[in-house]
Amino acid sequence: MNNIFVYCEIEEGEIADVSLELLTKGRKLANEMKCKLEAIAIGDNLAGIEKEIFSYGVDVLHLAEHPDLSPYSTIPHSTVVTNVFKEEKPDVALFGATSAGRDLAPRVASSLKCGLTADCTGLEFGDHTDNKTGKTYKNILYQIRPAFGGNIIATIINPETKPQMATVREGVMNREIFNNKHKGELKNIDANSILEKIDNPVQIIERHIEERKINIKNSHIIVSGGYGVGSKENFNLLFELAEILGADVGASRAAVDAGFVEHLRQVGQTGVTVRPKLYIACGISGAVQHTAGMKEAAKIISINSDANAPINQLADYSIHGNIEDIIPKMIKYYKKNIK
Amino acid sequence: MSLRIIVLAKQVPDTRNVGKDAMKSDGTVNRGALPAIFNPEDLQALEQALKIKDDMDDVEVILLTMGPPRAAEIIREALYRGADKGYLLTDRKFAGSDTLATSYTLAMAIKKLEPYHLIIAGRQAIDGDTAQVGPQIADKLGFPQVTYSENIESISNEHIEILRRLESGVELVKTTMPLLVTVHGSAAQCRPRNAKLLMKYKHAVTVSELQDQTEDYTEFIDTKPYLRIDEWGVNEIDVDEDMLGLSGSPTKVKKIESVVFSAKESVQLTDNDKDIDYLMKELIDSHVIG
Repeated sequence: MNNIFVYCEIEEGEIADVSLELLTKGRKLANEMKCKLEAIAIGDNLAGIEKEIFSYGVDVLHLAEHPDLSPYSTIPHSTVVTNVFKEEKPDVALFGATSAGRDLAPRVASSLKCGLTADCTGLEFGDHTDNKTGKTYKNILYQIRPAFGGNIIATIINPETKPQMATVREGVMNREIFNNKHKGELKNIDANSILEKIDNPVQIIERHIEERKINIKNSHIIVSGGYGVGSKENFNLLFELAEILGADVGASRAAVDAGFVEHLRQVGQTGVTVRPKLYIACGISGAVQHTAGMKEAAKIISINSDANAPINQLADYSIHGNIEDIIPKMIKYYKKNIK
Repeated sequence: MSLRIIVLAKQVPDTRNVGKDAMKSDGTVNRGALPAIFNPEDLQALEQALKIKDDMDDVEVILLTMGPPRAAEIIREALYRGADKGYLLTDRKFAGSDTLATSYTLAMAIKKLEPYHLIIAGRQAIDGDTAQVGPQIADKLGFPQVTYSENIESISNEHIEILRRLESGVELVKTTMPLLVTVHGSAAQCRPRNAKLLMKYKHAVTVSELQDQTEDYTEFIDTKPYLRIDEWGVNEIDVDEDMLGLSGSPTKVKKIESVVFSAKESVQLTDNDKDIDYLMKELIDSHVIG
């Protein structure tokens, strides 16, 4: 079988976390299928980057370096990736669901006329028999993702087209170094000969990359609010509780869409995946869109005025009532008993 | 200069405020219970086009949507806000399209609307959240694309400047047309309906909608050609039918599961002081907090 490819996204000379997470997943899938894990890295001045990439178990790294390849721009990057895929014919190709990955992957899928599944939360191999033709496909990629606002979980396949392409959000997969001594093969892509054939009218005039001010991915305690919190003002209660607990504030998509808090706080399929030791869900009903990003929390408390909210099924403790009554009581007890 | 802008939009079920009756007992989606709305980022895409029309002479804004016959509703919504014309792509053969088949169909329809300069769409639709259709159309038309756009800063014959909102910051890009732009949720909200335009276009209909009307009504529409919304099916656009709908879609849904949580043994508490104190004591004693 052909190999598994991961697009390694490079921002300001650093490999994106999501790419390292995909390499970790890719290594496991490659072991299972007894095939090679290959990576593509595109940018400028990338000397030495192969060491980090190989440590994640990459067998072959395709490297394209050229001043026109940094920062990311659609046409040069998609042309390089499409060229490599046409030559190497990967079985599977994985991309981070970042603003660059989501700009690039669909363009590549369109020019190769192959299927692409966005924002997968699970990837595994399995068989498939087509009901109409009776044809059986062995070891194809099951691309699992919540759909329809997170109310259902769909398993998507693209049995007839290769590569089987998927994007995955940051934080969904674990990241683990495979072996610091793992040696892979470095293949340099002739970027010059590719770039001289294309015309890229898009010029980047200015770029401001901000340090992420809010990052709840690694928080130990998260106090998270949903649409049920009711208002931006009511979110202040959550911030108050978070502050005394040394926690961060998260939110559901509905709360972010309603403008209560910033998108960087969004937990779930289209936000961040978190694994804190305590997750306090306030006024969150528990659509899969949300629970996909927090169900692995060690302990979950749900505070909801609806005693039948689906999230209560996941909770270790569910408190029936209003956050305006309950959170001040929690703060009061904590202040009294912890010095 | 004369400028033709095509805005791509989708009518979507409102998945953001899913009520209890949104799922049927067998775990399938009860589409009837979800209101159909103008996809939010597509409405913001329309605003970007209307702003250009405000600032420049001789700008034509065309709304293009693909969907069932009722999707004509969002074309009227666009006309009420300032679009000049709308086209509805509807045909049973389009049903079951994934993003690749959708982008092919839309790209072929766009080709029929030449000469155009700018195509603007929302970044993604809330029923699928894929953000794939925009870039795939750009690829099929052989254009550059500017995704995640927050604002079209300036536009002239030669150049267009666009501010992009990335997860880690912002980027200002300058490029040429023709161009495909996708608009991010941080862009300006769309203006409300205009009362005069509402009066003007409230009778705008598609051919299918006209079939249910009386002859008098048809005669009335015939006197006002701007009230006709063009409807295009497979026969009106130049397409390879194998690339449409289910047969043109490489991705297949293998399985759909409704979400059933495996219920944990959950401690049920109320908001009285005793319950809250008990919970906090448990958390502190087990060193989860404190």
